[in-house]
Amino acid sequence: MSNLIKFKIDGVECMTERGKFIVEAALENGIFIPTLCNMPGVKPKGSCRICTVKINGRLMTSCTTPVADGMEVESNSTEINELRKSIVELLFVSGNHFCPACEKSGNCELQALGYLYQMMVPRYPYEFPLREVDADSPYIIKDQNRCILCKRCIKTIKDEQGRSLFAFRDRGHRLEVVLDKELAAEMTPELAELAMKNCPVGSILVKEKGFVEPIGKRKFDKTAIGSDVKL
Amino acid sequence: MSKPVIATTSLAGCFGCHMSILDIDERILQLIELVEFNKSPVDDIKTFTKPVDIGIIEGGCCNSENVEVLKSFRKNCKILISLGECAIMGGLPALRNGIPIEECLHEAYIGGPTVGLNKMGIMPNDDELPMLLDKVYPCHEIVKIDYFLPGCPPRADLIWDALVALITGDPMKLPYEVVKFD
Ligand code: SF4
Ligand code: SF4
Ligand code: FES
Repeated sequence: MSNLIKFKIDGVECMTERGKFIVEAALENGIFIPTLCNMPGVKPKGSCRICTVKINGRLMTSCTTPVADGMEVESNSTEINELRKSIVELLFVSGNHFCPACEKSGNCELQALGYLYQMMVPRYPYEFPLREVDADSPYIIKDQNRCILCKRCIKTIKDEQGRSLFAFRDRGHRLEVVLDKELAAEMTPELAELAMKNCPVGSILVKEKGFVEPIGKRKFDKTAIGSDVKL
Repeated sequence: MSKPVIATTSLAGCFGCHMSILDIDERILQLIELVEFNKSPVDDIKTFTKPVDIGIIEGGCCNSENVEVLKSFRKNCKILISLGECAIMGGLPALRNGIPIEECLHEAYIGGPTVGLNKMGIMPNDDELPMLLDKVYPCHEIVKIDYFLPGCPPRADLIWDALVALITGDPMKLPYEVVKFD
């Protein structure tokens, strides 16, 4: 049996290998599906829901759903985009996102999704939660005001023995992703850079490293997120 | 037909959004052909003298005076626009949200590192002064706002396009580069 299977995204014929997740397979076929918590090469968890698509009338996260033969996926429709926009809005109001004063502004994936869906104002009330900024470790600032709890840092930033430098603390509404003080003290500057890069938002910052690129030259100033995805 | 009337104000803002209105450059000449200004810092008219078509609000509400001005704008203007991040979500002044007001005032007038001149440790507390609110409120949490133009400041092109669209009734173009949150 051939390992190649056919499927459709928004009516467009696509082809991929059996076993691939929809987001990956979509990319291979030149179609962008937004993601936040997902990272290529890391086991998906499906926590942010921004990659939601509709299959057989059901909403599914495309980063955790493998493609099946003949599958028909609805992604870039008004209904699905509205849903994604409301997720972006909820993320904005549930943290403290002061973009004008944020080091990640212009390079932030959450903000870029706000631009993509033309969020002029979130439709939900701002929570203004009281959150801390932890600047104790030598290379990194962890700003809880901007964390979207995507776990990308937990999954990818590890020391030589494979221990995660970041971890969940507390639960429910008080859930936070915190930096392990002891491990952070041993962190290399390279790992600090990687942590900042892997965080989709401005919650992990390398000290003394803000506002490096001028406005107009940043990643999402002139080009929308996903616009580089082509066949 | 008489020209549409515009009013503008800056609440808890820095006047940057007003600067961005001026940043439409020579189109300002076209603008004064197209519209008439009423209450606004642009022409220094202090009180509404006639019904206004479009009210433009910069800044959120941090004190009782902001609330009063915003309410008078809602009463006198057919359409209200929140212009800029502060009007939309409180902006930088809202960094104090979540910190008790007493603590903020203490930091500003008594405990902070730059309060050297305030030797007697006086906190402003005169009846004449507007009351600070418990937090800085986005304008649409106080009155109904009809349109939102994000940016810090909003790009001059965004402001221009929005005004022209409202005045002519044409749809807004909204190119990617003009809708930004910083
Ligand atoms: S993390 Fe992103 S969305 Fe949040 S304040 Fe920074 S730029 Fe804005
Ligand atoms: S710090 Fe960044 S990468 Fe880590 S969970 Fe928060 S948003 Fe995600
Ligand atoms: S990217 Fe799929 S759930 Fe976050």
